Amino acid sequence: MYRQMVLVRTLDERIWMLNRQGKAAIVASSQGHEAGQIGSVWALDRSKDQFYIYYRDLAVMLTLGMTPVEIMSGFLAKEGEPLSGARQFPTHGAYPELGLVNLSNVVGTHIPQAVGVALAAKMRGEDSVVIAYFGDGASSVGDCHEAMNFAAIHKLPVVFFCENNRYAISVPLSKQMMVDSIAARAEGYGMPGIEIDGCDIIAVYEATAAAASRARSGGGPSFIEAQVERYLPHTSDDDDTRYRSKEELEEARKRDPLIILSAQLKESGLLTDEIEARFASEARDIVDEATDVVESAPYPSVERFYANVYAEE
Amino acid sequence: MREEMRRDDRVFVMGEDIGARGGVFLATEGFLQEFGERRVIDTPLAESSIAAIALGAAMHGMRPIAEIEFADFIWPTINQMVGEAARVRYGTNGKMSVPMVLRAPQGGGVRGALYHSQSVEAFFAHTPGLKVVTPATPYDAKGLLKSAIRDEDPVVFLEHKRTYRLVRGYVPDEEYTIPIGRADVKLEGQDLSVVTYGLMLHHCIEAARALESEGISVEVVDLRTVRPIDRETVIESVRKTGKALIVHEDTKAGGIGAEVAGIIGEDAFEYLDGPVTRLAGPEVPPMPFAPTLEAEFMLSTDKISAAIRRLAAY
Repeated sequence: MYRQMVLVRTLDERIWMLNRQGKAAIVASSQGHEAGQIGSVWALDRSKDQFYIYYRDLAVMLTLGMTPVEIMSGFLAKEGEPLSGARQFPTHGAYPELGLVNLSNVVGTHIPQAVGVALAAKMRGEDSVVIAYFGDGASSVGDCHEAMNFAAIHKLPVVFFCENNRYAISVPLSKQMMVDSIAARAEGYGMPGIEIDGCDIIAVYEATAAAASRARSGGGPSFIEAQVERYLPHTSDDDDTRYRSKEELEEARKRDPLIILSAQLKESGLLTDEIEARFASEARDIVDEATDVVESAPYPSVERFYANVYAEE
Repeated sequence: MREEMRRDDRVFVMGEDIGARGGVFLATEGFLQEFGERRVIDTPLAESSIAAIALGAAMHGMRPIAEIEFADFIWPTINQMVGEAARVRYGTNGKMSVPMVLRAPQGGGVRGALYHSQSVEAFFAHTPGLKVVTPATPYDAKGLLKSAIRDEDPVVFLEHKRTYRLVRGYVPDEEYTIPIGRADVKLEGQDLSVVTYGLMLHHCIEAARALESEGISVEVVDLRTVRPIDRETVIESVRKTGKALIVHEDTKAGGIGAEVAGIIGEDAFEYLDGPVTRLAGPEVPPMPFAPTLEAEFMLSTDKISAAIRRLAAY
């Protein structure tokens, strides 16, 4: 887990840098969200569960098995990009072999879709769970509420995983809702809701495992509100100094999931400074190599521009 | 639908009041008894999620038929149908697809007023990735619905609710399908082509038959599908007759008639012997409640006959 977290942070930093160099057109960073994403994936069954993610879920993608080259080829929109053939924004499209889907930029639309997937899974007698990842912003969208209601009525195997970083681009939580807890809404739909420290990977793992087990045993959906931090602006096109103070960001930095996990592991004797340094240099090598590979790859040719609008006859 | 549900275990229906009630127009009467609650799902009153949940189920191996009670309530699904379902195949580069049907009764002339009368086909027909079917006869409805259910892509299936009671026609019990995207020449003629679909087909045929006695020979082309439009059949007919009148109940500006006129202009221009003419709904929100006002909105056999006479005389 720690190794993956180091790698995804290194990859994320590199992609942000590629944006500043004018090579990656648009980036939404996962920095500060990694523990919530990695911990939740580990708590699910990657051989059969379905992962409906949103644009800030780089660490979910990596933990599910996408390679840094594959991920980076999305950010640079290169030939062979596996999710959408570089038709979509980075991280969007689907990787059915990994159970990974991220269809749309329209916030919250995927939440009821994930519920539909869970309905199909239940109808087909599968033993799989669907997890829908979304931010605090998406929790205001009507689709989110319709999805929670339907999933509860039909006791569908869904985990609603809300990564609450307290900002919908620039709009703070206080202007998004009158309640302190997003998870508290779950009860109103007839499912348990739990708030957890989304920067603590162990807490995330435990809460997600419990929700998955409840879903798999026919107990129905659960709602997890993982309180995370967003260390960078909403995207590379945003300027967060307009709405967020330096002090606030410094405070958030103290909750860096990478630092927290490193401390936890060192305390229990599982991580040493040497291993930590080795992971860091290993991650740099992987990301360096991926950067070279993807930078030298061509853009997609227009040959298949018209393909896949409809099923081919 | 019943035949397809018997034939294919992946097919199921969902929507408002479709279970015990059998649908507000009884389209799913007896389904609950035959197929059970697992495959006949009464949903909460939340149209966006009806479409979205069907979409999700379709991506995961099922063949959902989602019903929107009246097409006037279809707007919350636009985000899921136009924004999402239509571009799943393209946006995943062919890795995922959405074999779903969204059914809705539409159209006016039933005292439905502003919120139970609208025609919505043009909004969906603009969208690459969707197919939009507008059957006019019971025979076509069965064959096209079977094709829609078996289609690998999302289909919006719009039935004119006035045809439910107004139109009677032979429907064979046996299995048949009608391909989506194929128009049908419902009446052959020589002097003028009328291109139409949905309820208006019946008024057009009535008008054409009446005008035979006046020596006007009208060909009536039923589009049946408004996306994709069967260009060949339209062009072939207009090249033969040299005149085209396009008739639809939906309002005129930006409607299907504009698209058909464009197709004729592109591919039959040199064969034309008169202006490509549209007869369509007036530019007011469809449609007022009072019988006099409703009648003013709706096209009729008389209005169509008058338009045919004018164009024939050109």
